[in-house]
Amino acid sequence: MMEFTQAEALGVLATVAKTLIILVGAVLMAALMIPIERRLLGLWQDRYGPNRVGPFGSLQVVADMVKIFFKEDWIPPFADKAVFVVAPAIIMVTSLLAFAVIPFTPTWTVANLNVGVLFLLAMSSLGVYSVIFAGWASDNKYALIGAMRTAAQMISYEVFMGLSLLGVVLLAGSFNLGDIIESQRGMWNVIPQFPAFVIFFIAGCAEIHRAPFDLPEAEQELTAGYHTEYSGMKFGMFFVGEYLGIVLISCLVTVLFFGGWLGPWLPGFVWFFLKAFTFMCFFVLLRASTVRPRYDQLMAFGWKILLPIAIVNVAITGAIVVATS
Amino acid sequence: MEFTFFAAGIVALATTARVITCANPVHALLYLITSMLALAIDFYALGAAFAAVLEVVVYAGAIMVLFVFVVMMLNLNNETVAREKSWLRPQLWAGPAAAAGLLLLALLWALIFGGIEYGGITGEELAAREVGMNLFGPYVLVVELAAFLLLAALVVAAHIGRDDTDQVSDAAARGERVTTNVRESR
Repeated sequence: MMEFTQAEALGVLATVAKTLIILVGAVLMAALMIPIERRLLGLWQDRYGPNRVGPFGSLQVVADMVKIFFKEDWIPPFADKAVFVVAPAIIMVTSLLAFAVIPFTPTWTVANLNVGVLFLLAMSSLGVYSVIFAGWASDNKYALIGAMRTAAQMISYEVFMGLSLLGVVLLAGSFNLGDIIESQRGMWNVIPQFPAFVIFFIAGCAEIHRAPFDLPEAEQELTAGYHTEYSGMKFGMFFVGEYLGIVLISCLVTVLFFGGWLGPWLPGFVWFFLKAFTFMCFFVLLRASTVRPRYDQLMAFGWKILLPIAIVNVAITGAIVVATS
Repeated sequence: MEFTFFAAGIVALATTARVITCANPVHALLYLITSMLALAIDFYALGAAFAAVLEVVVYAGAIMVLFVFVVMMLNLNNETVAREKSWLRPQLWAGPAAAAGLLLLALLWALIFGGIEYGGITGEELAAREVGMNLFGPYVLVVELAAFLLLAALVVAAHIGRDDTDQVSDAAARGERVTTNVRESR
């Protein structure tokens, strides 16, 4: 057996502590997004939003959580029980695992993977299963149709997401997220890679099926889509999973296009938080101000507009990188 | 790293066995996905981090999703599970299993007595750069052949999924009601 020295044991403990702090922080931030979103939606739609529980309605999320915990946790008798129970866990696990490779400050990363960007894509592609299996296991027409739409939507938009990241990877010359941030010291990637940024943001929005890309759960046509049969904390996990997705995509946009922790005067973490928080609020603004496209419009927009732009962007970036090196 | 490799290897073997014996197709697919994730961990333990992540992105994350997609459309129920179970009788799988078992014995024989030494796992990482250099260096012909194959598949897909707007306008000109999947006018 290998012997652990004291220093190594301390290092392991420090990593475990760091991991726990980041996981708890991510879940807390996701939970906080719920009242923030409701208040912001109220502001932009010219109404109050929840303002009764706690100062400015800030404790609304506690009330929501208490309510959701005391709801009956119902599994329909016609559902496939094992898959039905596993499905909401998948979205939580894959979203939380993705946080492992995000560098919050130069020293705060759980896993400094050399294939960090690909790891993120892998986690986001595994997240599809949560929705698909939830829809299938529910044995409900609405749930199944919602799941089908999600599968097609997420597989398609993953392609554009991956392609839009290639330009950033080319500029940094590395798949490592820390290297990508360091490569933006002179200029944030959002300027030379503006088309990639727009595509990534749209694809990220579709990937976590937020409005305007929330077709899998379009209430007018599909009641609640893939989570129609879910209740109690299992529904809560889908709900928190969606907000974790918002936090994750915002962190990614910050890391890949807006220089991560880089910024003058303030400490790195503050810069990271400010940038990421701006994008989280932008997600809410998108929901408040856009309409839901039709399903065929969504697919046509992806394959006929986003894909060619992404490919041209990669080609031009590649040519410039080769010409200047 | 050796512990990780063998632990993930055992998981891969066990889940693959369940893929074959499981009567419910969706459960079998779940086992297959788990088996691919275990394989990815094996790649990672061998130092091929790039291949490991690609295994998850491409196989577990994209190809298997399409499998699940198709299986979901088949409207499976308890009847199909019962039928599948009835097909899994010993007289049906005994023959192939015996043949495969013989092959396994031959492989084990070769591994144990064939003088192949176990090299151990060093855990040296093979970076994405080297994979790319190899793909577009010595193996460039294979990459191009694969590209041909994919292009053919793409052409077929484009042909099958083509938009029949010409036929539709002809039919409309004759005043017929069009029932193909034409997009509703906006």
